[in-house]
Amino acid sequence: MIKIENLKKSYSTTVALDDVSLEVKRGELFGLIGPDGAGKSTLMRILMSLLLPDSGTATLNGFDVTKQHKEVRHVTGYMPGRFSLYPDLTVEENMDFFATVFGTTVKANYDMVKDIYQQIEPFKTRCAGKLSGGMKQKLALSCALIHKPLVLILDEPTTGVDAVSRKEFWEMLKNLKAQGITIVVSTPYMDEASLCDRIALIQQGKIFSVDTPQQMAADFAEDLWAIRSPKLYPTAQKLHDLPEMISVNSFGQELHLVTPKGVYSAKEISDFLTDKSETEIQIQPTEATIEDVFMLFMTQHHTTQP
Amino acid sequence: MREAVITVKNMVKKFGDFMANDNLNFEVYKGEIFGFLGANGAGKTTAIRILCGLSTPTSGEMKVAGFDIYRETEKIKRNIGYMSQKFSLYEDLTINENIRFYGGIYGIKPEERKRRSKLMLDRLELTPYADRKIGDLPLGWKQKLAFSIAILHEPDIVFLDEPTGGVDPVTRRQFWNLIYEAVERGITVFVTTHYMDEAEYCDRVSIMDEGKIVVLDTPDALKKQFNAANMDEVFVKIARTSPPTPLPNGEGRK
Amino acid sequence: MKRFFAFVKKEFLHIFRDRRTLIILFGIPIVQLLLFGYALTNEVRNVKVVVADYAHDEKSREIIGRLQASPWFQLVGTADNPNQYESILRSGKAKEIVVIEHGFAQKLVHDGKGKIQLIADASEPNTAQLIINYTTAIINGAPPASLIEVKTRMLYNENMKEAYNFIPGLMAMILMLISAMMTAITITREKEMGTMEILLASPLKPIQIILGKVTPYMILSLINAIIIVGVGTNLFGVPIKGSLFLLMFEVMLFIFLALSLGILISTVATNQMAAMAISGFGLMLPTILLSGFIFPIKNMPIPLQIISNLMPPRWFIEINRMVMLKGADITLVWKQTLILMVMSAVFILISMKKFKIRLE
Repeated sequence: MIKIENLKKSYSTTVALDDVSLEVKRGELFGLIGPDGAGKSTLMRILMSLLLPDSGTATLNGFDVTKQHKEVRHVTGYMPGRFSLYPDLTVEENMDFFATVFGTTVKANYDMVKDIYQQIEPFKTRCAGKLSGGMKQKLALSCALIHKPLVLILDEPTTGVDAVSRKEFWEMLKNLKAQGITIVVSTPYMDEASLCDRIALIQQGKIFSVDTPQQMAADFAEDLWAIRSPKLYPTAQKLHDLPEMISVNSFGQELHLVTPKGVYSAKEISDFLTDKSETEIQIQPTEATIEDVFMLFMTQHHTTQP
Repeated sequence: MREAVITVKNMVKKFGDFMANDNLNFEVYKGEIFGFLGANGAGKTTAIRILCGLSTPTSGEMKVAGFDIYRETEKIKRNIGYMSQKFSLYEDLTINENIRFYGGIYGIKPEERKRRSKLMLDRLELTPYADRKIGDLPLGWKQKLAFSIAILHEPDIVFLDEPTGGVDPVTRRQFWNLIYEAVERGITVFVTTHYMDEAEYCDRVSIMDEGKIVVLDTPDALKKQFNAANMDEVFVKIARTSPPTPLPNGEGRK
Repeated sequence: MKRFFAFVKKEFLHIFRDRRTLIILFGIPIVQLLLFGYALTNEVRNVKVVVADYAHDEKSREIIGRLQASPWFQLVGTADNPNQYESILRSGKAKEIVVIEHGFAQKLVHDGKGKIQLIADASEPNTAQLIINYTTAIINGAPPASLIEVKTRMLYNENMKEAYNFIPGLMAMILMLISAMMTAITITREKEMGTMEILLASPLKPIQIILGKVTPYMILSLINAIIIVGVGTNLFGVPIKGSLFLLMFEVMLFIFLALSLGILISTVATNQMAAMAISGFGLMLPTILLSGFIFPIKNMPIPLQIISNLMPPRWFIEINRMVMLKGADITLVWKQTLILMVMSAVFILISMKKFKIRLE
């Protein structure tokens, strides 16, 4: 559905995309995972034919995004990174307007947006600017869907939205996927990665891994330990002195310690901490999450300096 | 009984008919990390603005750092730090210029400012970049810097409004390490976040919904109370029990 | 077509929901009109006039009677010798002298033409111009109007042919403000809010976006122009001597030009502040200062005179004056009209070219 080859794009001083190649299959829910400034928005705008790449090619449904922008825009629905509807128009007026812009009506394509739009329809006479975050997001998604696009491109739709609205949003995406729509979604929330069919991890304009989230986690090459203690912060400080330690990071109520494959046993680490007068230590091997994968990559490539 | 640095009694804030804060009651203790959670539009930013002296409540009794919220806002402002989700440093000034500016605002003496800013930049490993414009730094670095500058005048309390939104996972944790260090120096931290793993890092967590505080306890106690494996589940369980609200939020968020 | 109407409807909703826009659109023009109008008309109230009636016939008496009856003039004396004129004006005894030639009524009947000369103290050129206009209007009110030829002479500032009347200049300024500034602001607002990104990502063509944004302002500008002309003629007695149709055509042409300038600005400005600044300094100031609105062009230093040629309002004000005040038809203003047309074409072409279908 989408084919990206060797895309490069730089702004005056910074490289936004550095030789990015990628393929998204028809009907796939594809996630672009990376922090702010990684190049996700630039990539999406190029796909939407809103930006021209410096070099490389990208096709969407067979259309060249640099030459056939009209065709591309017809078959895609787009939600930019920030709320981009008219705050002074009502829910209904926004919907009608965007439907007409795409040469259709809300009525004609009601079945497409029904599930989502119904949730905000009770408030259709309210100005869009006065909706809560989750509602705005649903309205924006409805507007992006109103012309029955083949592809949805969603730029950080869940940023700044609370955990519950985020969950609801991903439910909606799952339903849309079931209707055969190809979805490309970007997010800085690593925990959302597991909800995608396939993901690309992107950092500083480079894609360093593309796979299913399950496979990516299974491919985690080092040993990963989950450690609990009464006071995590001091425990983490002590773990920094473990000779072969790769990284130690807090993960909610536990610490994730990464050590080279096969170097330490749980007992050795536990003894190490006990020597440093830590008590009530619980330690066990654990499965990597996408966040672990991402952080390991960042640690190994020292990509955190400006 | 621990010493309270923030006391809130019956805080009410109305915008017209809309109750942004509906009778809030809580205390924040000295040296703790207080997590202030809730969906968008629940009334968090309104409450933070009141506690920082940026907005007057409709009614209620509040003290911050020992000062009255109605009569001693100037003293409050001198004793707190504030950093919001929207980056608050000047993009077109360099790191040093920003530090000098904020040092000036809070009346830190130049020698003292130099000493503290050196410590801070060394700690952040930003010393080689001190003459770079803020606008050229990656987001995570800006946020760490903004936090460090917000506590440069060594306030009693620092308010952080979604400080880590959009920041990469490694930098996000580095940010939290900075928070822990601040706490060790005796600064009380009042923080809002949408990352539920960060809720686990707080000493106590309150969850707001529709202008009210629904629960307030330690993460462990909350997990037990709601029979949940982590804070994410706690949050979802609380939100699911009350219907979603489309009301105007008065928080002026995007 | 449907897309176009949807766009226009949306634009009107924006305008009507935003009180600030409404105030700029209608409040400012009306306030300016009244301010300028009354500031200037107060000056011509009770103007002292001396009449030199060499005719002493029924017609001349009728005209003098009319002047006396009008609230603007006060007859303070008579003169019977041209040698007196200078001292009358210089002493400040009167601001204007109305000279009715010998045998006025007779000539009017026999030759079908009678002559009246108006001599005004033009040390305050703007006031003088107003006084002359008022006098002319009053004299022409006497039937059969077309037969009377009024000859004016401006003393002390003889070559002040460009002396303005405020209505044409004000019209240029207001149309510039609304058409250019508001268009520039409304387009950049979409950029700022991020909605432009959605519009660009839709199959809308640039021309559709532009026309959709501009049409409402075109309509509103036209309504404004009609209000200004209406208030000008009815409240302040500014005459429309030429064809109203021609005047409206020129007004529309100027609105079109201002709109294309607005679009051009919006392609350069990235936010509303910039759009406002560019239209303010780039358009409003030249419109006010370099167009002959406030300062007569003939009195400017040569370099400024040359620059003023590049100012669209200059030509519009000229056309306006000629059509409204002098009754000119298209044969007399074709040159200025052509200049405006060429300017519009250039602006619209540049802005079409610069209007991006992409971001950045």
